[in-house]
Amino acid sequence: MKQMIVCVGLFGIIYSAHADDNIATLRGEVSITDQPPAPRMEQVEDHDIKRKRNYPMQPPTIPHAIDKYYQVDLFVNKCLSCHSRQHTEASQAPMVSDTHYKDRDGKVLAEVSPRRYFCSQCHVIQVEVKPLVDNTFEGLLHDPATGW
Amino acid sequence: MIEWVKRQVTVLRAPSRYFSLGFLTIGGFIAGVIFWGGFNTVLEATNTETFCISCHEMRNNVFQELKTTIHYTNRSGVRATCPDCHVPHNWTDKIARKTQATKEVWGKIFGTIRTREKFLEKRLELAKHEWARLKTNNSLECRNCHDFEYMDFTRQGVRAEKAHSTQLARGEKTCIDCHKGIAHKLPNMAGVENF
Repeated sequence: MKQMIVCVGLFGIIYSAHADDNIATLRGEVSITDQPPAPRMEQVEDHDIKRKRNYPMQPPTIPHAIDKYYQVDLFVNKCLSCHSRQHTEASQAPMVSDTHYKDRDGKVLAEVSPRRYFCSQCHVIQVEVKPLVDNTFEGLLHDPATGW
Repeated sequence: MIEWVKRQVTVLRAPSRYFSLGFLTIGGFIAGVIFWGGFNTVLEATNTETFCISCHEMRNNVFQELKTTIHYTNRSGVRATCPDCHVPHNWTDKIARKTQATKEVWGKIFGTIRTREKFLEKRLELAKHEWARLKTNNSLECRNCHDFEYMDFTRQGVRAEKAHSTQLARGEKTCIDCHKGIAHKLPNMAGVENF
């Protein structure tokens, strides 16, 4: 028993020493005991131009700022005041997809389904920044010739 | 005692018999200044944010919501306080609104929105009052700062420019028609027209 504890202890020490070198980190070069300066908050993309989807069924990103007064709660969904079926004529905003008007059994509803109600659970704003780490993800429709 | 009161009444009924005309004129003028000054000072004191949020109903509900919006904090530091939007700036309109607000004193005394639950329950009704007021006066309190004459559409976003240069410009719609819930959260909007 005693030997086992020593073994585990040793392994732990070796592993942690080893792991230390490999923690690459979003923190940058700052030691764990120091508080790095907060990165600048970038401006949210706000030009209303749709982005390409990176893979099939990707929820489209939001090409405008939503921080000002987009209330989405029990009472109100401000996104739907432009994107819902009733309002797209006046707003000319893309309509919420038909799938959002179905419940999980495929039954069509008059209103947006409760499980789709909280828009920003899937749809997110974008900022024009350099990614923190490289990303080699390729979507299903990726074409190596063009890079898209 | 009764004699004394009787004497005062006699003097008040015909003061010019007992006091000189000069004393009455100048005295009346000074008394008027003090009275009017006092009235106006109190009126202005009740027209501040500090006064509004001295009640927990305002401080814990609507004021907390305002704090997250652009009318409270923004890049240039210009901000709106409660009376900027909720009390007309013009004197006669202000007095009319202040008189109406005596109903709110009643509400305070009897605690109509004393708790968060009571407030949420009554919120739609209260909001409707404000929407109706702004609709009737063509969003006057918005326009005290946001003057349409000086709006530069070329500096606006695509969507904003489209709405402002058409329906707002033609006077078909007023600010509050679209900009509901910009400084406070919205109540349950089910059944509200055009929402």
